Amino acid sequence: MSRYYTQDHEWIEVSGFTGLSATVGITDYAQGQLGDVVFVDLPEPGRVVAKGGEAAVVESVKAASDVYAPVSGTVTESNPALTDDPSLVNSAPEGEGWFFKLTLSDASELDGLMDKAAYDAFVASL
Amino acid sequence: MADDADLKSLPLDGLHRRLGARMVPFAGYAMPIQYEGIIAEHSWTRTHAGLFDVSHMGQLLVEGEGAADWLESLAPGDFKALQPHRVRYSLLLADNGGVLDDLMVTNTGKSFYLVVNGATKHDDIAHMQARLPAGLHLHHMDDHALLALQGPEAVTVMSRFDLTSDTADQPGFADLKFMAGARYLWNGITLGITRSGYTGEDGYEISVPAAQAETLAEALLAHAEVKPIGLGARDSLRLEAGLPLYGHDLTPQITPVEADLAFAISKRRKAEGGFPGAERVLDQLFNGAPRKRVGLAIEGRMPAREGATVWAGETQVGVVTSGGFAPSLNAPIAMAYVETPLAADGTALEIDVRGKRIAARVVPMPFRQKNYVREGDRK
Repeated sequence: MSRYYTQDHEWIEVSGFTGLSATVGITDYAQGQLGDVVFVDLPEPGRVVAKGGEAAVVESVKAASDVYAPVSGTVTESNPALTDDPSLVNSAPEGEGWFFKLTLSDASELDGLMDKAAYDAFVASL
Repeated sequence: MADDADLKSLPLDGLHRRLGARMVPFAGYAMPIQYEGIIAEHSWTRTHAGLFDVSHMGQLLVEGEGAADWLESLAPGDFKALQPHRVRYSLLLADNGGVLDDLMVTNTGKSFYLVVNGATKHDDIAHMQARLPAGLHLHHMDDHALLALQGPEAVTVMSRFDLTSDTADQPGFADLKFMAGARYLWNGITLGITRSGYTGEDGYEISVPAAQAETLAEALLAHAEVKPIGLGARDSLRLEAGLPLYGHDLTPQITPVEADLAFAISKRRKAEGGFPGAERVLDQLFNGAPRKRVGLAIEGRMPAREGATVWAGETQVGVVTSGGFAPSLNAPIAMAYVETPLAADGTALEIDVRGKRIAARVVPMPFRQKNYVREGDRK
């Protein structure tokens, strides 16, 4: 299992035997910037998303913010827990507050993403 | 963002940063959007007392013989009948009746004290200066900060302050009711206090010399009932209270009747006119306006934001001008302008949010009951 990060503050954890299944969410830094999350507009299973393309929308009290797909693929599942309790994005952004799972269409797209050390350094530079 | 060279600092900038505020650009100033979080700050204000720094707003004094008459040439209030130490909500109108700004007007007994919006204050001043007759003076109190203490415990906290009346013929602090105001001395500092606000709660707005603003803010925050509250909660509080925000729910393209603010046109002015755009505004008042500002209760959890379109079947009938999540109602709400035939309470409509249609219903505003303590109330 390995976790990667984007400059748009999403994380993606790749798992599974083939290395082609992954879970996507937003980072602790991102949830801190957004403030209280009140709704997450999640993609339907079967939706095809492109790397860097809009995949979900997270609504805080104040504003709606786009969440982008870290890699290209097909959505297999969205997190049902977020429908009942969107504040999981604030309390457990990199755990129970995950957004959706997808099947990667091109695993080589992971190569351009950051690991945890690189992401932490990126956030520290902001 | 907070380092933006064009941004001005508020007198309490250092205090906000020490309190851990996230600062954002607003109306040309670096301003606190939140401290601990919008929902927590919103709820605190509804149950205790919140301290807001609204020093970006413009504080103006109109002095001289005939000030009331002149104000009546700019806005549709009955300022000649506004008693000393009373406050009125009013609207600065363009010649076509469009709303240039909304404002609070206090008769101080010697002058009129105006509070206008921060983003519009320079345009307002230019508009007024261009129409100022000889003998009247318009003073921008840009050496003063403005604090708002809002919430059911605001009166408890302020009552602990040793406030001495500035003059003999004004209400003592204990007798100050909603939409009244006067000057008081506190620790040698002159405070202009009105019992008013824009959160739907009881409370005060306090004008204080900028140099003493931090002393006052620290003294207020020393009380356990008081927490600092940012702009984010100020917006959700006023939205729940059904109060329009200038630049969003009010613009020069909107008239007072369309904005459902006809209460700001005093009875005498309705009969006599004589304010900017009176012909058009009074025609709308008596014969109806094409559209109206309404409150929308939204089904489900997905908020509809400013700019979202409002639909009746396949016809677009309006647009959302403010929308978000209402923490006290735990549901999304919005203000919108819709065609008048569809503005009746209970009308079922739809809002387009990112290509999805969500169900909405016209509801009376305020969305949540206001907690004002008015003249004649027992409290």
